[in-house]
Amino acid sequence: MDTQLDLWEVFIQKKDGSEHAHAGSVHASDSKMALQNARDIYTRRNEGTSIWVVPSNYITASNPEDAQMLFDPSTEKVYRHPTFYVVPAGAKQI
Amino acid sequence: MTTHNALYKYLLFLGDNGLIQGHRLSELCSNGPILEEDLAMTNLALDHIGRAQAFLKYAGEVEGKGRTEDDLAYKRGEREFYNNLIAELPNGDFACTMARMLIVSSFEYLLFTALCTSKNATIAAIAAKAVKEAKYHFMHSRDWCYRLGKGTEESHRRLQNGFNEFWMFTGELFEMDADFAALANDGIGADLTVLKPQWLTLVQPILADSNIAIPNVDYMQTGSRNGIHTEYLGHILSEMQYLQRAYPDAKW
Amino acid sequence: MNTTETKSSFQDKLDQDLCIEPKDTMPDEYRKHLIRQISQHAHSEVIGMQPEGNWITRAPSLRAKQILLAKIQDEGGHGLYLYSTAETLGISREEMIEQLHTGKAKYSNIFNYPALTWADIGAIGWLVDGAAIVNQVSLQKTSYGPYARAMVRICKEESFHQRQGYEIMTNMMKGTKEQQEMAQDAMNRWWWPSLMMFGPHDSDSPHSGNAFVWKIKRKSNDELRQRFIDKTVQQAETIGLTIPDSDLKWNETKNCYDHGEINWEEFRRVVNGNGPCNKQRMTHHIKVHNEGAWVREAAAAYAKANAK
Repeated sequence: MDTQLDLWEVFIQKKDGSEHAHAGSVHASDSKMALQNARDIYTRRNEGTSIWVVPSNYITASNPEDAQMLFDPSTEKVYRHPTFYVVPAGAKQI
Repeated sequence: MTTHNALYKYLLFLGDNGLIQGHRLSELCSNGPILEEDLAMTNLALDHIGRAQAFLKYAGEVEGKGRTEDDLAYKRGEREFYNNLIAELPNGDFACTMARMLIVSSFEYLLFTALCTSKNATIAAIAAKAVKEAKYHFMHSRDWCYRLGKGTEESHRRLQNGFNEFWMFTGELFEMDADFAALANDGIGADLTVLKPQWLTLVQPILADSNIAIPNVDYMQTGSRNGIHTEYLGHILSEMQYLQRAYPDAKW
Repeated sequence: MNTTETKSSFQDKLDQDLCIEPKDTMPDEYRKHLIRQISQHAHSEVIGMQPEGNWITRAPSLRAKQILLAKIQDEGGHGLYLYSTAETLGISREEMIEQLHTGKAKYSNIFNYPALTWADIGAIGWLVDGAAIVNQVSLQKTSYGPYARAMVRICKEESFHQRQGYEIMTNMMKGTKEQQEMAQDAMNRWWWPSLMMFGPHDSDSPHSGNAFVWKIKRKSNDELRQRFIDKTVQQAETIGLTIPDSDLKWNETKNCYDHGEINWEEFRRVVNGNGPCNKQRMTHHIKVHNEGAWVREAAAAYAKANAK
């Protein structure tokens, strides 16, 4: 059976100080190869300052069926947002 | 004392190494063992050709006859090229490709590190860029040497064969002639004799960790400092220069 | 989850123009359709590296050589993005390559034509990539999230490809008589196959039905082809190239160009394996794949030994 090596997920930090965002996937047999492949494929246009790679099978994703259970409850909790609060006119820097 | 012609020839040496090695690497496009590596090798080719363009452009300026980098790449004959012989040898299999890449990139890493402090500002500027590229090429080929050297019986055999093929061309990398010596003396070029022990220190442990024996060779090939090449170069040039030669009046 | 539920949550998302994501439930036929389309798209990018790769070592300037290398590298990268996209649907790259080699999966017909002269590199970039981009822009709104995102990235990166080809043609049309003839000859050979890239007429397109219902396909073959023709004619005229179609003329009423009949017999012949380069392309791909097997085995063996 042929092998195309293992699947890895690639996360790229676009510029200093920003977060690492998912860029795509690569195939590689080890972490060094995965990093180099990610560099050669996802930063060809100067898109990166830092790379993370992680074997795809280490990622656990939430189930779409659970989305309502997971995320709907937080939509009601408006008091977590600053706009919920009444600030008297004239108050500054709050 | 560095002569004008010595500097010109030195720039051709630097440019031609990039050009001819880049040519061989570019032949590998769509021939990689896995798609990811195909793209990696294209990046290697692009680095080399970009470097060639920079050195040959400057060579044309130094020559002062109005020749562009393309004139120098496409309109010189076999005896006017000064790249190391190892650059023009056929790629062979993937193990050969990586063996040569390790040999050449480790040499180039040391060479460009030395040239970063060249008293010639243009050479130093190009070297500063090239040294980063060479460092990556070195790391990439080193990691592949480990994988192939310790992978399977077949990959080990092929990698050993790769080093056997190329080892007799490693002596030439460090050859100095009178012009090179003058350039080194004036702080413009690198003293390659100093680089040789550094190179061995760099490469030997990698070969050891890849279970590769340093090949025994009783003779080191030579010739390129005088423009004497293998037969392969002529074929590279006839392919590379075909359009420029067939349509001398055309601009592309 | 039962079938009705699957169908309704899937349909709800489609109705709201939301993206279908890998873990969403989806009808088997939708999944199969996507795998077929995306893997064909991926194979096309990868096989497409060959006709252009054929000219890298002969590119007439260092600038042209670097541009061509970077462009072909992009094609490989895009093949890779698309393989990854298909992998989210539960097929492995190994399987996709096997399907390509056994003929179960296809790739774009256009790459079964040869790149004979340097002008062909211009024509491929300008016409073939130009046609591909029209199709790919419309796929940025396709319903499967990973496919749509891959298309956004690909369209962004490919924006220079068409200009690269057009620049080659422009320079040649400004050049010597021989260069002009070479450019026109390439135009003559690539025009009709480029139109065929959009596939059969809508009235004769076997896979389109569900593809529209599922919002995989957002524009029809004929719509996309028309869009390509309408924008390309002006570009050809600007640099003095003649479109090899005596029936091509502006239709005031329809506000678009009418064009001559496409040779569908040739299209079917090439699809069925008898184009000038079908055998060559596949032989090359299989050869490289087989020659790389020991490398992949070695890398896997090394990783396994080091993991212990």
